[in-house]
Amino acid sequence: MSDADVDSDARQFSRALMVAIESGDVDVQATAWSDVRDVLARLSESRAIHGASPSETATFVLSLKQPIFHALRRRATDQNQLADLIWTASTLLDQLGLLVTELHQKAREGVIARQQQEMMELSTPVITLWEGVLALPVIGTLDSARTQVVMESLLQRIVDTGSVIAILDITGVPTVDTLVAQHLLKTVAAARLMGADCIISGIRPQIAQTIVHLGVDLNAVTTKATLADAFALALRRLGKAVTRTPPRSESASLTPAASAGA
Amino acid sequence: MTSLSAESLPVETSEHVVSVRQAVRRRAVELGFSLVDQTKIITAASELARNAIQHGGGGEVIIETIALQGRRGLRLAFADRGPGIADVARAMTDGYSTAGGLGLGLSGAKRLSHEFAIEAAPGTGTRVVIVRWK
Amino acid sequence: MERIPILKMSGFLLVSIQVDMHDQLAMQLQDDLTNRIATSGARGVLIDISALEIVDSFIGRMLANIAAMSRVLDAETVVVGMQPAVAITLVELGMSMPGVRTALDVDRGMALLNASRAAGDTGHDDVPVS
Repeated sequence: MSDADVDSDARQFSRALMVAIESGDVDVQATAWSDVRDVLARLSESRAIHGASPSETATFVLSLKQPIFHALRRRATDQNQLADLIWTASTLLDQLGLLVTELHQKAREGVIARQQQEMMELSTPVITLWEGVLALPVIGTLDSARTQVVMESLLQRIVDTGSVIAILDITGVPTVDTLVAQHLLKTVAAARLMGADCIISGIRPQIAQTIVHLGVDLNAVTTKATLADAFALALRRLGKAVTRTPPRSESASLTPAASAGA
Repeated sequence: MTSLSAESLPVETSEHVVSVRQAVRRRAVELGFSLVDQTKIITAASELARNAIQHGGGGEVIIETIALQGRRGLRLAFADRGPGIADVARAMTDGYSTAGGLGLGLSGAKRLSHEFAIEAAPGTGTRVVIVRWK
Repeated sequence: MERIPILKMSGFLLVSIQVDMHDQLAMQLQDDLTNRIATSGARGVLIDISALEIVDSFIGRMLANIAAMSRVLDAETVVVGMQPAVAITLVELGMSMPGVRTALDVDRGMALLNASRAAGDTGHDDVPVS
């Protein structure tokens, strides 16, 4: 945050503050203070997004205390009046400080929620492997909320693409607990109700152990060791086959001995 | 919990099951529920409405849009005039049925909701309340 | 009295459920359909539920019943077009309908029926049929 930004923020804030104080109302939630609140909301948000801490943001407001107290001391005619004035000013600034902290917090929460959403979408890419075959490589820990997003996007893509086989590859999933295993089973069951088959691939040995120890019944589900095996099975089910063909001319030119007739 | 708006519908015939579903859908859409959330709460409503008719001899439902700590949700309170349920725990098990159904009504509705409460002392009718938050 | 229409096409019966069914209407459909299977000699039934916004345990049970009854009457039933939200909810409800065959849409359901009819009619896997 540059000095010029701080300067312009400070100017806007003090201008709005002056107008609000003129009103004589000392409740910062009152309408007279709406400009002040707007200025603070905007600057808390931009600071929160740029990674400032809540105390840094609050200091912006609270650092006004000293100059204001000095000014009051100069103006005050007697001790009692000074005490009253300082009390009013102090209460006001505390309210504003709390308000700023709250706004900062809210902005941070907004950032986190947005990032979570983005990560969720990024981490659940549904890929078309072949006409009629979808793959969903799941990477990272599956919790209840994420599994639900994964499940819904996979099922929606099945409808959108008219795919009859979906491969759920969990090579990138470190651990599976009972709840997640059940979510996977539910996904498979839901896909079947829609008329598509699910194959689960990439189950790690330790996950296989966990599944058996937890007593989760995966008998109704087709499982394959790797995504490649699952894909081969999918093609077989679609009545397609991968065959070996003679090497192409590029490779033939590298090794003249293997002629095109091979 | 604040009630934002509420309506009461009769639950006496199987046509009422359809009108309860439609009323619940209308409110779920108003609240901006996702399609899956809409489907879940409508299905739960359908199960409970049918239960109230088949086992409780009919009754009514209060459908309410509620708010709590910044969250909004849908609250459905079914009350019937039936004999109540002697063994609530047993009635909540999957597959337990007294009417030759699948026995998924109560347990299924619970799984489809975020909150579930049942009061069913014998002789006072059954009251089931479910909430699904946005 | 309102009824869900049952169409006959190329040896199959096709039902497309377009309305939010109340329970009597569902029971009526179950009756009508089993009667039509018997009288028409159809060997396959397609039930298109792509327009249904919910399937609760009652409708789920009706679908499972139709599938079981048609099997007794020597006809195969395929339920087609269930929406993702409906499928998720039905599984959460505790109904995975293991006895019911499913397909993504009417075309694929028809292909499934043709394939199983071909396999069933010949009784020999090695005899090519078209």
